[in-house]
Amino acid sequence: MTATDHFISEFTRLGRESAAAGPAWLRLAREAAVERFRELGFPTLDDEEWKYTNVAPIARTPFRIGNGFAVRGLTVEELQRVTFGEMDCTHLVFLNGRFAPELSRLRPVPDGVRIMSLAAALVEEPDRLEPHLSRHAQFEDHAFVALNTAFIQDGAFVYLPRRKVLEEPIHLIFVSAPNGSPRVSHPRNLIVAEAGSQAAVVESYVSLGEAAYFTNAVTEVVAGDGAVVDHCKLQRESEQAYHVATLQAHLSRSAHFASHSVSLGGALVRNDVNIVLDAEGVDCVLNGLYLAQGSQHIDNHTFIDHARPHGSSREFYKGVLSGRSHGVFNGKIRVRKDAQKTDAKQTNKNLLLSEEALVDTKPQLEIFADDVRCTHGATIGQLDEDALFYLRSRGLAREDARSLLIHAFASDLISRIPVVPVRTGLECLLMTRLPVGIEHREGI
Amino acid sequence: MLEIKNLRAKVGDREILKGISLTVKTGEVHAIMGPNGSGKSTLAQVLAGRDTYEVTGGEATYQGKDLLEMAPEERARQGLFMAFQYPVEIPGVSTMYLLRAGLNAARKQQGLEELDAMDFLSLVKEQAKLVEMDESLMNRSVNEGFSGGEKKRNEIFQMAVLQPKLAILDETDSGLDIDALRIVANGVNRLRGPDRAIIVVTHYQRLLNYIVPDRVHVLYEGRIVKSGGKELALELEDKGYSWIEEKLARA
Repeated sequence: MTATDHFISEFTRLGRESAAAGPAWLRLAREAAVERFRELGFPTLDDEEWKYTNVAPIARTPFRIGNGFAVRGLTVEELQRVTFGEMDCTHLVFLNGRFAPELSRLRPVPDGVRIMSLAAALVEEPDRLEPHLSRHAQFEDHAFVALNTAFIQDGAFVYLPRRKVLEEPIHLIFVSAPNGSPRVSHPRNLIVAEAGSQAAVVESYVSLGEAAYFTNAVTEVVAGDGAVVDHCKLQRESEQAYHVATLQAHLSRSAHFASHSVSLGGALVRNDVNIVLDAEGVDCVLNGLYLAQGSQHIDNHTFIDHARPHGSSREFYKGVLSGRSHGVFNGKIRVRKDAQKTDAKQTNKNLLLSEEALVDTKPQLEIFADDVRCTHGATIGQLDEDALFYLRSRGLAREDARSLLIHAFASDLISRIPVVPVRTGLECLLMTRLPVGIEHREGI
Repeated sequence: MLEIKNLRAKVGDREILKGISLTVKTGEVHAIMGPNGSGKSTLAQVLAGRDTYEVTGGEATYQGKDLLEMAPEERARQGLFMAFQYPVEIPGVSTMYLLRAGLNAARKQQGLEELDAMDFLSLVKEQAKLVEMDESLMNRSVNEGFSGGEKKRNEIFQMAVLQPKLAILDETDSGLDIDALRIVANGVNRLRGPDRAIIVVTHYQRLLNYIVPDRVHVLYEGRIVKSGGKELALELEDKGYSWIEEKLARA
């Protein structure tokens, strides 16, 4: 049996179990997706979009769909050890891909706002889902999105009516726990922000235990005219975990969208962030930080599609790589013929801390309009010896000086995260990843 | 305080210091002068512990200990301070953080308690005032976006806070206007005292109008070729370095 066959037989098995589950349009989408997955198969290194990332370890493992019940008995306190303590906001917890209401908390929200599991939304609000779910994240060219779509079951659904503003962030926590055989989950999230609304959504991916498992997530964001959406994704799973995720955002006139992606964990991680600026005056920010050690492999692929005039995009990704780890940054920016007056800026900076650490960075600019401003730059370097000596000459131990410089490099991106508890939590987490812990003080 | 004997150092295959001997006693101010490429900065950096230079011979004793065996941070904690000729910009690390970490590392070594935030702040504010340094600069990343003069002044400010026993100023005067020069000189003169020593490395005599040295040494092609009192600096200013070259050629 080939790798693809395994997942298809899982699809058939589950299809029988939940025959006729969900609305008809979704069943059609699932069928189409599994068919497309069958045709595409898993990508290989010959595929231009996957030339630096070998997914064979995922393809050859017979992952089975997990269920939420395997970690029954998990308490809120235990959960807090792997999250940043209790964030004082609405949080939805998912165990092995399934919503866990007993661990979740919904705070009061303005009228008309919906925050619920996708599974519940498929039953209660299918009409709100239909115009968006699976309409934005294309699976034609992406086997993992096809696979996720084929297995759409659960995840989070956030809906903001016109002009509704959520003051607090929404935290989506995806917990994976080992349960006998290797497990896979396919979280599927949909965030719909109607015109003039505003929200911040945080997705956290964490592990309980050290077993190998596979998370294959897709999040679709739809921002209406003038909507403001901040999205943070924190991937901090165990170093045995496989993690593939796509964030797909579709932005309307004068919308503002920011994506902050932080990858700390995982054996093999691939993040796709695709943004379509499909109206005039859209403003988007893509920030990313990846810290890899040991034999971790972290691949960030971004695609910013400037389809209309007067759009602006600011992209800033930074990587810190030690041990034998491998980082990949591939940043594509397309400026279509109509997208005059586009202002796009892309920067990727990498810090290599060991001889064997490796990074592949590739900017891709496709510019078809003639009145635009597009800049890009990539750097790969080591710790600045002059700076190290300067710090040591003031009395700092060599390892402290190294930590301080690494901290300064990485915290530059963390400081841009608008959600305060996430920013603070990440600052502390960053300290644990430094050669030696430096004391956390304000104003480093 | 510092005793250097026949010190030799090279970078790559090029020997830069070719046997330097120098004794600096507590309470003294020494000036080291010399033309470009004579090895002045190399000497300063070797004393501070920069490992791009390989020490190939000789010895340096600081407060009775083998200086060359000590890591740069160890030298700093024992009271040696070098003001950089080209201060480094360090984005993301504030001068305040750096100084507090450095100061407390030294205090810990001496068995003293760490300074608490309030005491540290008042020390820093007092010293900032003395070197006329804008307090907002201290909270910014070290030297990032500073003008040349601000960077030099930041070096003197750090020196004032750390209160070293042996301060080495590596061409701190170069590129400074007369006002900044006075501020730098005041900072150095305030540090002068019976239990400290200062080495001023400079290309020009100008700074020595404000910091009057006890001894002046002329460094030429990696060797100290002439030593004398403060009048030697004036003689050099008057006759130029070619005077030394000619004298050596005749010898």
